[in-house]
Amino acid sequence: MRDPSLQLTGSLHASDTDVVRKGLLGAIMPALVALRAIITRESLRFVRQRSRFVAALVRPLLWLVVFAAGFRAALGLSITPPYQTYTTYEVYIVPGLCGMILLFNGMQSSLSLVYDRELGSMRLLLTSPLPRWWLLICRLLASTLISILQVYVFLSVTAIYGIRFSPLGYLVLLPALLVTGMMLGGLGLALSSAIKQLENFAGVMNFVIFPMFFLSTALYPLWKMAESSELLHDICTLNPFTQAVELIRFALYGSFNGVALMWTCIAAVVFLALSVWGYDPARGLTRRKT
Amino acid sequence: MTGLSVQNLSYAYGTKQALDDVSFHVPSGAFCALLGPNGAGKSTLFGLLTRLFTSPQGRIEIAGQDMARNPRNALKNIGVVFQQPTLDLDLSVQLNLTYFAALHGLSGKLARSRADAALDRLNMRDRSKETVRDLNGGHRRRLEIARCLIHRPKVLLLDEPTVGLDTTTRRAITDYVHDLSVNDGLTVLWATHLTDEVQNSDQLVILHKGLVLETGTCSTIRGAIPLNDHFLNRTGTDA
Repeated sequence: MRDPSLQLTGSLHASDTDVVRKGLLGAIMPALVALRAIITRESLRFVRQRSRFVAALVRPLLWLVVFAAGFRAALGLSITPPYQTYTTYEVYIVPGLCGMILLFNGMQSSLSLVYDRELGSMRLLLTSPLPRWWLLICRLLASTLISILQVYVFLSVTAIYGIRFSPLGYLVLLPALLVTGMMLGGLGLALSSAIKQLENFAGVMNFVIFPMFFLSTALYPLWKMAESSELLHDICTLNPFTQAVELIRFALYGSFNGVALMWTCIAAVVFLALSVWGYDPARGLTRRKT
Repeated sequence: MTGLSVQNLSYAYGTKQALDDVSFHVPSGAFCALLGPNGAGKSTLFGLLTRLFTSPQGRIEIAGQDMARNPRNALKNIGVVFQQPTLDLDLSVQLNLTYFAALHGLSGKLARSRADAALDRLNMRDRSKETVRDLNGGHRRRLEIARCLIHRPKVLLLDEPTVGLDTTTRRAITDYVHDLSVNDGLTVLWATHLTDEVQNSDQLVILHKGLVLETGTCSTIRGAIPLNDHFLNRTGTDA
């Protein structure tokens, strides 16, 4: 006996008006439709995971309120660009904490990619007829936009706390966050292509996130590092996260740091290229036996 | 050549040969069962057919499109249901469908009407607002089948789609996909290790340890003996 609820009803090719777009628009529209869908999906997932949002906000706030309060007395900061005057430690670490949100989210997004792959929804994305590099960029852009939203929420809280920037600073910050988010997300994407199992991810977090964060200017200025060790100073200078934090720092004060922008862009392109290479079907990194 | 064609396809995970010179052809509009025990290489074959990964050896043609030369055109013609569920459990039924439609470039009214039509065909329209997490296993599978039809593919690939379902639901879904082949002219490749899902008139490919043991219609291959016995004889594995 056949299940009556599964009887065929109507034709698969029921009439609807197929919109056939030709030329350049026909090539671009499907890509934009997919971009919008991927951003919408990631946003909805984010809204449904409120704990993720709270965690992302609590982490930098704890650093600001607890860590910075303790360090204020211990750490003296000299007047270096973009600062025009003496700066308290709380004010100094805000750009680094913005970077921290992007860094943790970039890595968390790559963790969700590994998770997606384990669950299978990544397969759905990768079997779309759109170019794979475009699909990866869409995914990256979606997670970056969510991270940026979190940074602005964090800055709203810091404003209530008493650390405020000029309207121009908040505005100029946006492209800086976009570049930084794409760079860090690209790194996460490249890592996710190399991670076969979710269990391996914790190790990567420890070996990537913490060194990147602590060996940067997020918590201490470069000159302070140089005082303790030239080697540490050099490592910090080479760390792309340092450049990203400086880009954010200058942007928050309405200034432009060309060197930081250049290095962040270069790192973004390199990481993105690595992830496209990592997800190349001929490399077989996405293959998983089920 | 339309339908689905696989020629001299080989694939290895390191030193372990998963597929060895696999060749078969499924004519347009035919239902072909890919029968093989666990570990036969079915999921590897599906990975290659959906371009999750590629092999330097062999050729795949989907509805006349060469997978290596025109991957995007080949993928446009494929509707796939993987063995692992690929639904977003936290999103509604409708959002899952419109998300998939968007990945195939369909948006707005067109995407919604296709999603509604797909749900109508499986009598699930009234559940379109529910989150997938609230659906049972059978309905989730139905939804995945509905979803893979949205972009009107010519070839359906289903990798053990009835795993974990009860007998009645399993039968219903098997019959439904057979109907899609007969009534709508879809070419179907249905991977399974369960011989009761294969009908006499179906095309059959028996895969074992990465090798194609037999191809032909089910009735010709099994002859007078039950398919399960024949399968057991050929593979030494109880289906």
